[in-house]
Amino acid sequence: MTNNLLTVKDLTMRFGGLLAVNGVDLEVKEKQIVSVIGPNGAGKTTVFNCVSGFYIPTAGSVEFRGKELRGKPGHLIAREGMVRTFQNVRLFKEMTVIENLLVAQHMHAEHNLLKGFFMTPGFRKNEQEMMDRAAHWLERVGLLEFANREAGNLAYGQQRRLEIARCMVTEPKLLMLDEPAAGLNPNETKALDELIVQLRDEQGISILLIEHDMGLVMGISDQIYVVNQGEPLAAGTPAEIQANPDVIKAYLGEE
Amino acid sequence: MSRVTSAFVAALITLVLGGFLLGMSLTSEGINLVVETSTTGKMTVLFVGVVLVFLLQLFREQVGSFTSKMRSDERMELPSFLRTSQQQRMWTMFVIAGLVLFPFISSRGAVDIATLTLIYVMLGLGLNVVVGLAGLLDLGYVGFYAVGAYSYALLNMYFGVSFWVALPIAGGLAALFGFLLGFPVLRLRGDYLAIVTLGFGEIIRILLNNWTELTGGPNGIARIPKPTFFGLEFNRRPSEEGATTFHDFFGIGYSSEYKVMFLYLMALVLVLITLYVIRRLIRMPIGRAWEALREDEIACRSLGLNPTTIKLGAFTIGASFAGFAGSFFAARQGFISPESFTFIESAIILAIVVLGGMGSQLGVILAAIAMTVLPELAREFDEYRMLLFGLMMVLMMIWRPQGLLPMKRPHLELKRD
Repeated sequence: MTNNLLTVKDLTMRFGGLLAVNGVDLEVKEKQIVSVIGPNGAGKTTVFNCVSGFYIPTAGSVEFRGKELRGKPGHLIAREGMVRTFQNVRLFKEMTVIENLLVAQHMHAEHNLLKGFFMTPGFRKNEQEMMDRAAHWLERVGLLEFANREAGNLAYGQQRRLEIARCMVTEPKLLMLDEPAAGLNPNETKALDELIVQLRDEQGISILLIEHDMGLVMGISDQIYVVNQGEPLAAGTPAEIQANPDVIKAYLGEE
Repeated sequence: MSRVTSAFVAALITLVLGGFLLGMSLTSEGINLVVETSTTGKMTVLFVGVVLVFLLQLFREQVGSFTSKMRSDERMELPSFLRTSQQQRMWTMFVIAGLVLFPFISSRGAVDIATLTLIYVMLGLGLNVVVGLAGLLDLGYVGFYAVGAYSYALLNMYFGVSFWVALPIAGGLAALFGFLLGFPVLRLRGDYLAIVTLGFGEIIRILLNNWTELTGGPNGIARIPKPTFFGLEFNRRPSEEGATTFHDFFGIGYSSEYKVMFLYLMALVLVLITLYVIRRLIRMPIGRAWEALREDEIACRSLGLNPTTIKLGAFTIGASFAGFAGSFFAARQGFISPESFTFIESAIILAIVVLGGMGSQLGVILAAIAMTVLPELAREFDEYRMLLFGLMMVLMMIWRPQGLLPMKRPHLELKRD
């Protein structure tokens, strides 16, 4: 069990009388791309919100790198190295692209006010490091030329990429992507596909992915979990999932 | 509705509303009040106004196309000769030098107004942190101003603390109050936050008004000493045995103008410090976090930023500037009472921030000047001040909703390797 990065057990989320998620298990190992799929309204995003600390799950456990994180607030979970994106892009729209990336490095930033007022060498060095890291990731996602553009003025696909870059500058261990391909054209989806694989292979991080684009999911996932109406339906490799009659039934209905 | 009818209706509405406001007046006759029609002068104003409204409505499209042309150049850019940072620095130096020389070449009255303006600049800059940068609508900012003013007045009255010692304490106490207010309002946003902060400002004022044993209640506190210049007083005669006055020390004749100049220069120094500190804050992680929080709190949390500490930071730092301004205000006036800290003050400071352009420092300075100097210049229109104030706000919202000088995003150079 030691090489499990994230272990979610028996996760349950109840909103009043509505049982949104019931007994979902997830396991993400190091350097793995794991996908969560399911029909609309199946509770995938709720699982994400529970794991990343935006909801407090009713029951179950969320263990990340050997630490129990259930019920911890979102910003502390992010500091543990688990960072997420959102289904509807959430950038700081009126700030520039580079500022978005600087804000994201807040937890690595120099917070001593006096050092900042007098611009000590340590403070300057810290700022420069943050700028360099931001520049590095902007180049990786092909947005370097837009560095001083306001984030809200970028095209939709660029905003998606910026959101991923913004997560990456925090140097996470686990990146959680909530429908990253939604609204992208086929070319952009292909580029995203390559980027995600690169993140795993070159940066050595794990990725937990919610996605509807089956081509993307089946192509890159190491492990897939299927959720249907809040209940876990199946788990396995892409090949296993594609052959699973329950999954086919959930997606296409019975004959 | 045709254009002529709509213009006619608009003119009629103006006539009815204006007729009551301008055309009639109440005069006392014995013990009774009687309604009288106003002087012909006011009637002319009313008539001109009605005609103006009629014409504006009639030629609305032409006027509209003109204003939309004005609106098309969305951002007022600074003149191009200020582009390089070196030239910018030179101009800044030039302006500061001019401001330092100002009291020596102008009248006492002008210096007095300038000092008042500087106080509002400071308040505007401080509130700009909370409202403009962190996006937390604070309608009770005057509460912190009051805390600062009363801190100095009370410390001096009971413990004889001098201005220079009281200044940091006043800032600290205001910051503490900002921090304390921050806690209950952490979960609130928008309108709800505005209401609670409004209440807070009123609580402070009412407390000062009613705690008569400590604060003197509505009578206020009088005879608050002026700041000293390294221990030198600006009075004609030393206030106590052994003290030296400014003119004696330098062997010059007594003039009450020295005091006015000194207060102006002090306010200028305080404003320059405030400007520098906030300018630095904006370029530091905490300043960026404030803006990020204004943009999207959920995204902030997902990136490991703690909204609680960031909000408390904004409230605390913003309040401390009001504290400094407050203690300076108390020292300058020599007399303070709860009357000076009514809601209208909060509204004026907020108007300065909105008028100047949220988050923009230069804009706030310009707006503070406009909001304090214009009413002084137009003293004869005193009665219509609120009317003009409202008109200005409405026009601003139509033509420049982003403020006089909207905040410009800092351009950050990336070193390519």
